[in-house]
Amino acid sequence: MENIIKGKAFVLGNNIDTDQIIPAEHLVYSLTDPEEKKKYGHYALSAVPLPQSGLPGGNIPFVKGDNCESEFQIIIGGSNFGCGSSREHAPFALQVAGAKVIIAESYARIFYRNSVDGGFVVPYESFGKMNDKIKTGDNLEINLKENTLSNLSDGKTYELKPLGDVLPIVEAGGIFEYARKNSMIA
Amino acid sequence: MGMTITEKILANASGRDRVSPGENIWLNVDVLMTHDVCGPPTIQIWKNEFGKEAKVWDKNKLVIFPDHYIFTADKYANRNVEILRQFAADYDLPNYYDVGTPRYKGVCHIALAEEGYNLPGKVLFGTDSHTCTSGAFGMFSTGVGNTDAAFILGTGKIWEKVPESMKFTFNGKLPEYLTAKDLILQILGDITTDGATYRAMEFDGEAVFDLEMYERMTLTNMAIECGGMNGIIEADAKTEAFVKERTNAPYEIYRSDEDAKYQSKYVYDVTKLEPVVAKPHSPDNRGTVRSVEGTKLTKCYIGSCTGGKITDFRFAAKLLLGKEVKVPTFIVPGSTAVAKQMEEETINGISLKEIFKNAGCEIGESSCAACLGGPSDTFGRSVDKDVVISTTNRNFPGRMGSKKSEVYLASPLTVASSALTGVITDPRDVL
Repeated sequence: MENIIKGKAFVLGNNIDTDQIIPAEHLVYSLTDPEEKKKYGHYALSAVPLPQSGLPGGNIPFVKGDNCESEFQIIIGGSNFGCGSSREHAPFALQVAGAKVIIAESYARIFYRNSVDGGFVVPYESFGKMNDKIKTGDNLEINLKENTLSNLSDGKTYELKPLGDVLPIVEAGGIFEYARKNSMIA
Repeated sequence: MGMTITEKILANASGRDRVSPGENIWLNVDVLMTHDVCGPPTIQIWKNEFGKEAKVWDKNKLVIFPDHYIFTADKYANRNVEILRQFAADYDLPNYYDVGTPRYKGVCHIALAEEGYNLPGKVLFGTDSHTCTSGAFGMFSTGVGNTDAAFILGTGKIWEKVPESMKFTFNGKLPEYLTAKDLILQILGDITTDGATYRAMEFDGEAVFDLEMYERMTLTNMAIECGGMNGIIEADAKTEAFVKERTNAPYEIYRSDEDAKYQSKYVYDVTKLEPVVAKPHSPDNRGTVRSVEGTKLTKCYIGSCTGGKITDFRFAAKLLLGKEVKVPTFIVPGSTAVAKQMEEETINGISLKEIFKNAGCEIGESSCAACLGGPSDTFGRSVDKDVVISTTNRNFPGRMGSKKSEVYLASPLTVASSALTGVITDPRDVL
């Protein structure tokens, strides 16, 4: 795992559910076929109502036009990020689109687990709201060793909640890698 | 200090005398359930990770129900069912319920109950967030993603953080105009969609234990809408009777101790509650039916794991008997057993199915159908600016298909009442 992740911010509101992250009609594509899986990137966050997509101004799609990759690598959410269905396609779609880290006030359990155990994105919790402090397009730097978020666009730095119990799984890159490291599986 | 029913089941499944909220533990899983949306990627991960040595940890504990995208021409959706079929054949799996055969069941959470997989005291994981439904049988059940399911598929084990418990007690006799859906929507309005995140929701009280098993499942089903890890109701004589009709498998009944610790307790008098809806676009956006009555509708929908059980259709048929609906109304029996029962059960000598047909409803085949939108040819799917009232469990933007549509969640009584008038209608005006 890299210690420093740099990227542009994409800011969202509260309760971003998995139907908004990847609408159910798209859950049919292969997650392994290299061409087919790109569709997950293309449709990532495609059902977020446009006025709430890319705050504070809104009306910014996460993935533009026919692209399969986003220009934004760090997602800033509010509370209850990833609520709703158990579809692991949700953090997978964000990863395919190029997202590396999510910073939210809180997460729904299954989305959080999927992000960690599948090794798709690093789900950091913030102390309090961050989606009113960061703007879509801000240049951010995450330090995974120090658990900090720096907004290079305004020079401010914020502490993030340490990953705690799941840190060894995040560091290993997922639950299978973690289990192999600890000789739980061959 | 005593333990809650959830803590006792988790302690047993992790080989410990006791567990406390916040502890991370490894559990032995009794049942793993998957379906056509998450099964194929789960199988793929399992094959990649375990390689040539990949072995299903226990064939008898793996249950596969194709149910989500079944009656569609979508080639990718049909490919997913084919992957399940091939997997079941390759590994000679006994608990695969194939589409197009008499074994086909329909919605997994209803079928788990009907086929005897829900057993008090056991631990059930499924690749579906509504796996919490099975908690109505006094068991621990919860949803996980594909990677966790692939891990279970190969090892029979998974980690979990022991949840704090919340208790919801419903006292009194449930009035005829309320159903379990009104109770859980009431809770959602009170605690919101993250009010139970990472917690167990335990349901208790006279009004809960008066409910039939299928109605209890409506309560536990929507624990996930509150963010809950699991919903749970202690097993009683009704639970045991339901289970014993379907299986001889052993089970163990756990009960919460008098001095068990709860994160919070909520107590309701059901005689004081009113029919409620969840307004667009969140299950916690509660309002009384009275506060939105008269809202013009373009569709009514009765179906899904939470609202397509025989009890839901009994409620609806009672109101639709001898009358006609004013807006397109879609009926989707949750399982093939429910569909059969709709043909067999009668009111005044007319089967529930005939009542719906005579009222002008469209009746679909058992599956998840439009609850989650699905492929564009899905039965009952919302289009354009549809305004829908539905017995399903989620009304997120775009959930039932169209991103422009608005969905109200309500009880089968409220949906049937509204179908008769074409506008949102309080069942007390029709009953």
